[in-house]
Amino acid sequence: MNHLPLIIQREYLTKVKNKSFLIMTVLSPLIMIALITVVMYLSQMNNNKQRTISVLDDSGFLTEAFIDTENTKYNVLTGLTLDNAKKLVEEQGNYGLLHVNKIQNFDNVGSAVQFYSEESPSLSVISSLENKIEKELTNQNMAQKGIDLATIKASKISIDIAQENFTGVKSSKIDSVVKLAFGGAAGYLLFMFIIIYGNMIMRSVIEEKTSRIIEVIISSVKPIQLMLGKIIGTSLAGITQFVIWIILGGVLLTVVSAIFGIDFAQAQTPQQELMLQAMDNPGTGEKVQSLFTAFYNLPLANLVIAFLLFFISGYLLYASLYAAIGAAVDNETDTQQFMLPILMPLILAVYVGMFTVIEDPHGTVSTIFSFIPFTSPVVMLMRIPFGVPIWQQIVSLLLLIGTFMGTVWFAAKIYRVGILMYGKKPTYKELLKWIRY
Amino acid sequence: MSNLLEVHQVSKNFGNFTALNNVSITVPKGSIFGLLGPNGAGKTTLIRVINQITMPDSGHVLLDGEALKNHHVRDIGYLPEERGLYKSMKVGEQALYLAQLKGMQKAEAKKRLKMWFERLEIGDWWNKKIQELSKGMAQKIQFVVTVLHEPKLLIFDEPFSGFDPINANLIKDEILRLRDNGATVIFSTHRMESVEELCDHIALIHKSNKVLDGNLMDIKRQFKTNTFQIGINPNNSGLEQELASKFSVTPAEFKTLGDDLKLNIKLSDNESANDLLSYLNNQGQISHFVEVIPSANDIFIQTVKNN
Repeated sequence: MNHLPLIIQREYLTKVKNKSFLIMTVLSPLIMIALITVVMYLSQMNNNKQRTISVLDDSGFLTEAFIDTENTKYNVLTGLTLDNAKKLVEEQGNYGLLHVNKIQNFDNVGSAVQFYSEESPSLSVISSLENKIEKELTNQNMAQKGIDLATIKASKISIDIAQENFTGVKSSKIDSVVKLAFGGAAGYLLFMFIIIYGNMIMRSVIEEKTSRIIEVIISSVKPIQLMLGKIIGTSLAGITQFVIWIILGGVLLTVVSAIFGIDFAQAQTPQQELMLQAMDNPGTGEKVQSLFTAFYNLPLANLVIAFLLFFISGYLLYASLYAAIGAAVDNETDTQQFMLPILMPLILAVYVGMFTVIEDPHGTVSTIFSFIPFTSPVVMLMRIPFGVPIWQQIVSLLLLIGTFMGTVWFAAKIYRVGILMYGKKPTYKELLKWIRY
Repeated sequence: MSNLLEVHQVSKNFGNFTALNNVSITVPKGSIFGLLGPNGAGKTTLIRVINQITMPDSGHVLLDGEALKNHHVRDIGYLPEERGLYKSMKVGEQALYLAQLKGMQKAEAKKRLKMWFERLEIGDWWNKKIQELSKGMAQKIQFVVTVLHEPKLLIFDEPFSGFDPINANLIKDEILRLRDNGATVIFSTHRMESVEELCDHIALIHKSNKVLDGNLMDIKRQFKTNTFQIGINPNNSGLEQELASKFSVTPAEFKTLGDDLKLNIKLSDNESANDLLSYLNNQGQISHFVEVIPSANDIFIQTVKNN
């Protein structure tokens, strides 16, 4: 008798109809968006504050260097002593006072500039001042030494190395960034999915134990059917939740950015900075153009198929272990000791992926980890956008599926014995004994 | 009478622990079979073997003459001792789900459930969640779910626990009715008065071994000690000493109208009740004469102590 569809249906419906699940599904994107909005809004407000910086330039070289911007106003003082200038700046409540000593020649200007302020100034203010002064003084120094600025500018050469592999597929730096983004997103998605829904499976197994319904159920169905039904049903509920999150999040993001006028694209995460660096700030049109080319350059079909296969097998591998843990213990507090060995390889996979794959997607470390079954789903997913030979993908997948069948077998054994054991927290030794029952 | 269930030489070990050691039982069709034994004797393991929850290390089980297979779960209804229901699921939904797991069609299950709910007067619980019901109420649902698919073999492990006397009686009557309709019942309990009341066959398991089994009356005959309980108003006061010298005598406790002498008299194998009766006939006014039949309780305690 095949009860699998029936069990999957029940698991799915109870999960989806559960109140806390519904609340989480709706609330999570709301909270996320609200948080992002608040953070963005606050940082924008922070930037909008105007500050006035007074400049006392005794050298006379820098009179042209300071041009007011949206956020900063420069107030050039003249004919004051340093002490008077300080007093004045303090009275006016200015952000600070920049003082430049008299400069004899450009060789030792390093110590000639000083900044006075009530509170220690922000890093960005200081570096922007340094930038301005350096640029201005360099220009004047060059002029003094008889170097023609226009000639320098004209003789500057910019290089963008064109990349092409032996079969003739062209790529560029931006390609690498897009690949990284794809691989990283896929690997991270799998990681999150395993942790969130693995836990959900575990809790649902424990619930059956504590409500004592388990013996009634397994007098009708095989434990392995029940376990697989649980895993699949919960995963489907998880996918439903994920899809709702993405749609709801997208809609909310659009609405919020329209209402508050916050440009989310302006928020620069370190990854985006990397991207901008790689692109060397070309014009916007060019930017979009090259993004699209990069996207089409990805091995898309391979990517989608590999994503599905590795995602499903990797998820099932871990999900079956979570189910086994749920069966082995009586309540959630007892799960801790068994969680660590599951989380370790998972976290390792994410870190290996983040550090070695970025460094060298085909290096020894990333290649090895993309074959080890417990880390391969995450690491391989990160590597694939960079083009992994098909044989490697197949070998890795076969290893993964083999191990997955092994863990399901192992988990089913633990599950079969564990669900009927009450009142005692088992040790690893006992778990191994259960396999032989 | 043919047997519905035959368990042949079943053994089961858990590591170094032996839960069942070559246990065989036969359950006749249409009987109520009492599976008895002290705590931890192996009853639950045996029941789980019959339910195919646990696989035996050796031995085999025949249901209706066939070796146990997957599809036999439809022919068995099992009410485990450790029982419960999904707390947050509605009564009706849950009962339907469990019935479908036993291979019933949804529509058929719904029809029968409505009927049962009406019989037990719990029709208005259909949309309640289990967590809103009391323990006894949940037990009723559990009972209905166990018997709903009209299995040939019903296995009840402590079916009356959690019921008040009225509901326990109701369930007892339902069990008897199911038996009359052709079901065979295996009944595991520690309440010996229910065994006396319901069972016609028993098996006693002690320390993983079957130590006793058979028809309850046959077993009682086997355990009878040729002892008679008498009440007599003696003609002379020396009767008690006289009896004590002739037979093995212990004081007895029962109610009489007069101030009679009350004794248990154990006869030797070559003496009969008639001999005792004709002897007593001349000694006084007999108010009470009855054979002492060993109770299931006595048999249980005696057998367990001797092993």
